[in-house]
Amino acid sequence: MGKTIIPIGPYHPLQEEPEFFTLTVEGETVVDIDMRMGYNHRGIEKLSEGMVFENSTFVVERICGICSTSHPYAYTRAVEDVFPMEVSMRAKYIRTIIAEGERIHSHLLWLGLAGHFLGYNTVYMWAWKLREEILDVMEILSGNRNNYAMFKPGGVRRDIRAEDIPICLKKIDSIVPTLIMLKKAVLDDPVLHARLKGVGVLSYQDAIDFSALGPTSRASGVARDVRKDSPYGAYQEMDWNMIVTQNGDVFDKAVVRILETVESINITKYCLENLPDGEIDANIKDVPVGEGIGHIEAPRGETFHYVKSDGTNRPVRHKVRAPTFMNLPTYKATIVGQTISDATIILAAIDPCYCCTERVAVKDDRGRMLYNGQDLVRLSREKTEKMRQRMGGK
Amino acid sequence: MSLKLKALLKSPWVFHLSTGSCNNCDIETLDCLTPRFDIERFGMLLVGSIKHADVLLVSGSCNRMSVERLKVLWDQVPKPCLVVAIGTCTGSRGLFIDSYNCPVPLDKIIPVDVYIPGCPPKPEAIIAGAVKLIQKVGGTL
Repeated sequence: MGKTIIPIGPYHPLQEEPEFFTLTVEGETVVDIDMRMGYNHRGIEKLSEGMVFENSTFVVERICGICSTSHPYAYTRAVEDVFPMEVSMRAKYIRTIIAEGERIHSHLLWLGLAGHFLGYNTVYMWAWKLREEILDVMEILSGNRNNYAMFKPGGVRRDIRAEDIPICLKKIDSIVPTLIMLKKAVLDDPVLHARLKGVGVLSYQDAIDFSALGPTSRASGVARDVRKDSPYGAYQEMDWNMIVTQNGDVFDKAVVRILETVESINITKYCLENLPDGEIDANIKDVPVGEGIGHIEAPRGETFHYVKSDGTNRPVRHKVRAPTFMNLPTYKATIVGQTISDATIILAAIDPCYCCTERVAVKDDRGRMLYNGQDLVRLSREKTEKMRQRMGGK
Repeated sequence: MSLKLKALLKSPWVFHLSTGSCNNCDIETLDCLTPRFDIERFGMLLVGSIKHADVLLVSGSCNRMSVERLKVLWDQVPKPCLVVAIGTCTGSRGLFIDSYNCPVPLDKIIPVDVYIPGCPPKPEAIIAGAVKLIQKVGGTL
């Protein structure tokens, strides 16, 4: 049977973000997938290197709208890793509250979009309606619905007022019955069982081989969670469960996300109820020479930041690795052999976030890489030299 | 007002285009369709094809790779088409004004009718922007 190539994107009605897939199909079956990105590249790392340490949090916040806590959190941890310093307990609790609130709204967002991809718009509307309550809580706590600007190296930028806590708790409590209803509606629905079980299976071995992260790997039985493995924030202060399932199909990925939402609600409530007193900011004056890494568990997996400092007020190098960067190659394992009608939900199942993942590479028309890091440094030096000559040859 | 434009304003169909945004504006746009805000009750509908669109909703900082596609899509869209620039990125490029990959703002590429600033604009602001768009071209609500 002949092979057909089906292009999806870059501007596809189903996906919000631009990205381009080429599915190679034999009849109904997908035999290969290739993807092309770069429609979202904004040069964040370079921008961050031109900013002072405190302002970089605002840049990394805008890497991705849904991970607008994960990136600043990982970045601030990287800066705090450059030199040993202690963040106050209250700041840690506030960070945990914001991070978990983001996880709740991100997972609900995914659940809604997954329902939308399946043509099950009821789930979409319910999940996004629930999400509004969490966004209200975030607005009360931080002042904005999405980009919270709560993080700074050494602490948090904004305190939680005592009179806001009961309102937030009430709002969070109010979504629990609906969430339980939604959980039952999704997990006990025979239609969804038939549609999602056994679709897009990522086996345990594949999850290890592709270094899958976050819910994508936990759905395949890989018990990895930065919150458990190398605790940060306030996560070791309370009991919570890491959700791990064994099958690795799309259904299990949904199960992991829904159950994690419930866990996150419990963590947020615990933190709000037991918020300790104290300072919220360690007031870092300057960052010494050195390099640091910071990693945290974002809704999609481990977010990793690397910061190198030369003693000035700006980072010399800032490197970001978003979880989707590791999860995207798992398409090779999950989508091959599936039918074309299941492709959309499998592509959505890792909760991809392309704007986190964008990299830049200069290639010729045969696909060969033209510049590596050293070449770019050389080009930059040549350009500086030219500019210097133009400005008077000093 | 031309008949075409008058007919368009009764129920503007929207095509949404992200030219290198951080997703926030796109999500807030989708939020307008969900139960709390529900902009669909005014006849505004998100459509899947640019050829059905009356309004082009552009978000993002117009990076080099997507500008090519943006121009292609602008050629394909049936005129008259109104353009709404959503978010600070499209208006002034905001934080990304120094970026090597975001050379020009949106209004240097295609004509823009309404700007909705904010990072991201709240759904209320987006609805207010839709109202302003209709008022600007002379329609009534």
